[in-house]
Amino acid sequence: MRYSAFSLIKNALSGQRHWQPAWRDAVPRDLYDVVIVGGGGHGLAAAYYLAEQHGITSVAVLEKSWIGSGNAGRNTTIIRSNYMLPGNVAFYELSMKLWEGMEQALNYNTMVSQRGVLNLCHSDAQRDAYARRGNAMRLHGIDSELLDRDQVRAMAPFLNFDDARFPIQGGLLQRRGGTARHDAVVWGYARAADQRGVDIVQNCEVTGIRITAGKVQGVETSRGYIGARKVALVCAGNSSVVAAMAGLRLPIESHVLQAFVSEAVKPLIDTVITYGAGHFYISQSDKGGLVFGGDLDGYNSYASRGNLPTLEDVCEGGMSLMPMIGRIRLLRQWGGIMDMSMDGSPIIDHTPVEGLYLNAGWCYGGFKATPASGFCLAHLVAQDSPHPVATAYRLDRFATGHMIDEKGSGAQPNLH
Amino acid sequence: MGDAKPRRPDPAALEPEAAREAFYDYVYLRDNPNGIFREYWYHSSGCHQWLVVTRDLRTHAIAGVEPASCAGVEPAS
Repeated sequence: MRYSAFSLIKNALSGQRHWQPAWRDAVPRDLYDVVIVGGGGHGLAAAYYLAEQHGITSVAVLEKSWIGSGNAGRNTTIIRSNYMLPGNVAFYELSMKLWEGMEQALNYNTMVSQRGVLNLCHSDAQRDAYARRGNAMRLHGIDSELLDRDQVRAMAPFLNFDDARFPIQGGLLQRRGGTARHDAVVWGYARAADQRGVDIVQNCEVTGIRITAGKVQGVETSRGYIGARKVALVCAGNSSVVAAMAGLRLPIESHVLQAFVSEAVKPLIDTVITYGAGHFYISQSDKGGLVFGGDLDGYNSYASRGNLPTLEDVCEGGMSLMPMIGRIRLLRQWGGIMDMSMDGSPIIDHTPVEGLYLNAGWCYGGFKATPASGFCLAHLVAQDSPHPVATAYRLDRFATGHMIDEKGSGAQPNLH
Repeated sequence: MGDAKPRRPDPAALEPEAAREAFYDYVYLRDNPNGIFREYWYHSSGCHQWLVVTRDLRTHAIAGVEPASCAGVEPAS
């Protein structure tokens, strides 16, 4: 059914009894053209674009839990396309454009809010680096502005402008960046994919990958064997676990990233602000809670929870930047499993197994990439060649020396 | 401080092609297991000793600790 003002009124007047489930609880079939392992934002987006862009509807999304229960349900909702390196810039801008048209395309309110993303800088060198990144964006036709101190003060007067050690010199602003409601993105893609014939199968854990003569045949699951002509692994933090079922080792370590929400308060922060002298980023949800996060904890983990030293460190960053939040109470704290790649950039590529594709390595920046990740994976699976904006996301780039290291940290996953 | 399993290959002992493969594996590929994991710890604020800690990555429960120097990690092949 189509959502509209008319359907809202009609259902309100008839006791809300006629809403249809947003997607079918599909029973898995014996054979699909494409099986997508992982029912998060990326996997569901890929299923939608396979159907909508490529007319491939014999598709199943297999999710071991409920869809969006992984990182799609845990992120701090930031969307932006302010990357610098050639392999990244066009990809994230494709994603940004897909965010802008998403609600109309999916007929679903994903609360895309282009409230701006402001990266603060605190030294001459940092300002120069931001100018360079802003110019790289502009060369690709992406909006960016370099603000000086007064312009930042006009935007966010509550910031700490008195810090002599890390003075706010200015910031790089992308006005088209902002936030989106992470759960709604999952549900929006799920509903739209389901409407086009995709089977969404929850509570279905992949336990094995059947390969014959180097070619994928299907997957063993907790709900039985499912045959597939092509299999795409889109499992984020669990990528290594699932890839091992195909005998593959990946350039990925799984790390915990924590995120935090405060109690709801009246409108306080109307844009996304990131601290340049520490790893801290914050925005305010429509419910009123301050949503913020910072660094990884720094050690391998699948536990989906971190420890208190990191919490303290993140809050210190927040207090340094905007002391006004000091009296607000922390409501909720959680963690996720980040698939940290060896250069901090993702992988969307074939694997050495014929018919098996890999989409992984998103580190802690996967949410903003959700639309483009699905779009480009769908292209790769459907056409067997990478989408033009994703050609650099090769699995073998570490062996061939083509790393995309935005942070310049080297092969240290916990530093990216 | 990271996975204690990878052993740095000896470039002198390998042909160039094999050395390239071995170093690629050593630098970039990881088991990344969803379970028992042996990793290096460094006591930076105390005795400055390197340790090998056996920890379950699902629960963070620690099963054992030994000094890295006598940890008996698998020797390089």
